[in-house]
Amino acid sequence: MKAAVIRFPGSNCDQDCYYVLKNTFAIDTEYVWHKEASVEQFDLIVLPGGFSYGDYLRCGAIARFSPVMRGVAAEAARGKLILGICNGFQILCEARLLPGALIRNRSLHFVCEHVHARLENMETAFTHAEVAIAGGKLLTARTGLLLRMPVAHGEGNYVADEATLRDLHRNNQILLRYADARGAVTSGANPNGSADNIAGIVNRAGNVFGLMPHPERACDPLLGSEDGKLIFQSVIESAMKKTKSSSPITKRT
Amino acid sequence: MKAKVTVMPKKSVLDPQGVAVRDAMRHHGLPEVRSVRIGKFMEIDVDAADEAKLHEICRDLLSNPVIEDYELQVEA
Repeated sequence: MKAAVIRFPGSNCDQDCYYVLKNTFAIDTEYVWHKEASVEQFDLIVLPGGFSYGDYLRCGAIARFSPVMRGVAAEAARGKLILGICNGFQILCEARLLPGALIRNRSLHFVCEHVHARLENMETAFTHAEVAIAGGKLLTARTGLLLRMPVAHGEGNYVADEATLRDLHRNNQILLRYADARGAVTSGANPNGSADNIAGIVNRAGNVFGLMPHPERACDPLLGSEDGKLIFQSVIESAMKKTKSSSPITKRT
Repeated sequence: MKAKVTVMPKKSVLDPQGVAVRDAMRHHGLPEVRSVRIGKFMEIDVDAADEAKLHEICRDLLSNPVIEDYELQVEA
């Protein structure tokens, strides 16, 4: 399988994502400049964090019209796995590949801290796996599992109208919610004012995932947490499975 | 011709900046202020006058209909 890390002008978590895919998980990974029109050859497409186009107008509003986003939308429609982290999540919302929008944090402050995100649905392509972490331990997906990951954003306040929120709940599209260290989903544990403490959502089809926390910054014991590995392990396993099942069949003419 | 675009957060969407400015105004001796909403104002200088196209751009780029409303004024 092959993974792409998309680079927009102003992306700044691209190298972290690349490092994790390439070095931590030994995946064949390439940077893709936003001017590329096609990302067809990739099985997993990562939209990294940063400040694409300086966050001018709205976060992700201009990046959404980069040539590569047409390719990303086409691959999303074909069921390819798309992972948007932080600014990548904002771009996916602006591109309408995910419902809702991310607005200024309720506190108006840029938040930069570790949070706990509670796993709400462990039956998705992005949240089902089991992964080895330091000390010979295993991190196993289960509903209610707390993932400790950093957030670093000024606009992570997820909003959507009531009908959309109802749909998200009904279809189990909310994969991560901010919680306290005991796993209680409280307003005190909400770093940005997100509706229903939403930290990450998946699209209805289950192949496009956006989240504000940074799993790529939580994949090494040196960084204080390896919980982000669960997300990468899940999505890589899912991409590999898809690659296998769709490997080219010999055509008979 | 000139086009003027006002983009405002939807009534149903909390505007954190507006709330902070409202509170600051109260501290500045105007406790009567009930609410402040902060949007964007754009002045556009454009040669052709395709108003339908301008509306399309307002909808797709200049505002996000999920959270914002826009108003377009075209001056000859």
